[in-house]
Amino acid sequence: MNDFWEALLRVLTLADYNTRVVILGTSALGTACGVIGSFMLLRKRSLMADSVSHATLPGICLAFIVMVHFGGSGKWLPGLLLGGLISGLIGMGLVLLLRSYTRVKEDAALGIVLSCFFGLGVALLGLIQKMSRGSAAGLESFIYGKTASMLSSDAMLIGAVAAVCLLVCGTLFKEFTLLCFDQDYATSQGFPAALLDVTLMSLVVLTTVIGLQAVGLILVIALLIIPPAAARFWTHNLRNLTLISAAVGAFGSAFGAAVSAVVPRLPAGAIIVVAYSSLFLLSMFFGKTNGIFIRLLRQRRLNNKVGSQNLLRALHEIVERSGREQVTFDDLMAARSWSTAYLRRLIQRELRLGRLRTDDESYSLTTGGHEEARKIVRNHRLWELYLINYADIAPSHVDRDADRVEHILNDQVVGELESLLATEYPASNCPRCPHSQVAS
Amino acid sequence: MSQHHHTALGPEHSETSPLSIHDMTVAYHRKPVLWDIDLDIPEGKLVGIIGPNGAGKSTLIKASLDLIPRASGQVNIYGKPYQKQRHLVAYVPQRESVDWDFPVSALDVVTMGLYGRLGWFKRVGKKEREKARDALDRVGMAGYADRQISQLSGGQQQRVFLARALVQDATLYFMDEPFAGVDAATEKAIITLLSSLREDGKTVLVVHHDLQTIPEYFDHLLMLNMRVVAVGPTEEVFTEENLRKTYGGRLTMLAEVGHKLEKHL
Repeated sequence: MNDFWEALLRVLTLADYNTRVVILGTSALGTACGVIGSFMLLRKRSLMADSVSHATLPGICLAFIVMVHFGGSGKWLPGLLLGGLISGLIGMGLVLLLRSYTRVKEDAALGIVLSCFFGLGVALLGLIQKMSRGSAAGLESFIYGKTASMLSSDAMLIGAVAAVCLLVCGTLFKEFTLLCFDQDYATSQGFPAALLDVTLMSLVVLTTVIGLQAVGLILVIALLIIPPAAARFWTHNLRNLTLISAAVGAFGSAFGAAVSAVVPRLPAGAIIVVAYSSLFLLSMFFGKTNGIFIRLLRQRRLNNKVGSQNLLRALHEIVERSGREQVTFDDLMAARSWSTAYLRRLIQRELRLGRLRTDDESYSLTTGGHEEARKIVRNHRLWELYLINYADIAPSHVDRDADRVEHILNDQVVGELESLLATEYPASNCPRCPHSQVAS
Repeated sequence: MSQHHHTALGPEHSETSPLSIHDMTVAYHRKPVLWDIDLDIPEGKLVGIIGPNGAGKSTLIKASLDLIPRASGQVNIYGKPYQKQRHLVAYVPQRESVDWDFPVSALDVVTMGLYGRLGWFKRVGKKEREKARDALDRVGMAGYADRQISQLSGGQQQRVFLARALVQDATLYFMDEPFAGVDAATEKAIITLLSSLREDGKTVLVVHHDLQTIPEYFDHLLMLNMRVVAVGPTEEVFTEENLRKTYGGRLTMLAEVGHKLEKHL
């Protein structure tokens, strides 16, 4: 057990040269992918990266074969990556060509390129195994990734490419935004959409290729999709989206690499993706702007508001009808179809909020409660009148329709209603209940 | 109809016309959707573009703005090709053409109208944001500048699009269905805006669907159904016969031949 803590400490302090290299390298990769992935997500092209990454395999294999043919060992990394880059670009180009010049739709084009190139790559891998010269051992690492064996030169390469990507995204932020939001408009303003598109896609291919070693071609897509998707739960602002996405990418990658350094034999690529998924789930539930909990909370707040408005209106109307200030629980039960438990809960809350007071089993509105109730009833009736006068809805139906809407009427809408109905009901005046008028 | 000649670009094409199209044919996948469009739009008019679905209304705009390639023909904006006259032209695409869940605010969208003038790499500054706020104010959306665009109603989104075109400070405006799916208040706001643009001497082309409001809204009319059925002052061309030609059958031959071209060429 002591070994574990010691290992953890060494990782956290980046004491080992090797760990340092791996963590810094993967973080740089995660950052770059997070930023570029944001644009891909908004351009709805995220899956393009998946096709591109699978399309790199035949290029890597061919590069290996060529290098062995000319007498090398075939393991020269820049050579392999260059091969992967070229076939990745060809794959991307094919997707774009298929989509633009044939009847094949984008999803089919992506699937065709992905499977064909990957199949070709696997076939070439088999060929390489049979070759007399050169050992293919290690080429499979491009499929599943081999983070732990990252060299400092690899990390440097990743860092350099990440820096280039961030620089390009930073300088072309405005142009990329316009391209992703409204391509035709970008073109009409004189920005060549095709050139911008190719630039953006080239960045994707570049990050994908350098990411192959870290997480492998199957999982590299996670680096581009998950961070921006997670970030989307936290913000409505594009700049913040890219920043959060970059942070998620960097942190998830560093975490995954660290865990796999502490626990031997755990594949870093998989751990990185697991870390990403955890961050995604966290964001999905707790995200500040679009998370599930914030939405449930908003829903609850609205339900509370609706409940308390219904209670106050019922009270006000009973008082209005009967002339008594004191209203009993049974009176209220009869006013709407609510359950005893629900009504009790509503009353408890209004008592707590000081809009209601109770003595001897009966309830009455406080001054504050009375003011609030009057406003609610007024909004409700203005809306009813509007429905009757302008929307041609029968008086007997308006109560139900008004019931749903009144809770979301804001001051602006009420203002408009008031000016529409101003002649009949000046601001100080609360209209009488329109359907009981009709009934009487 | 005298407006449908097949003439070489010559003296009858005005040098000062905001938009003159000469013998333009546009095809998708070799299937022609616009045939031999030839017209001059006079300056300072509100021009309605009407026609049934698939008549090529949006295509006409997009081909004029070099957004889609022309199979043949030529388009001039104030006598010169579009690339040289970009600064004079503003474009309002159909509202549904973009993703309104995009993480930007109303103000962000309006400042996009200034990107072209800003040019490459330069960032949006205080001056641009102020201009964008003014434009939002002109469409009655000043209070919504910082709203995320998904939180706006359809009519409000349309007004944001109009503000983005306004901020371009152009002299020729192309608007693709600005009235589609908007509330009455927005329709009124848009028509007021169009009139004020005309008072400033600007030319506005508007793809429109509601035939009832045509005579009230537009001075000039382009009736389109894969070819120009009629173009001219509204009171002259907005006739029952032209409407029948625009919306009635008659174009079966064009559609059929287009289909054949697609299949056999």
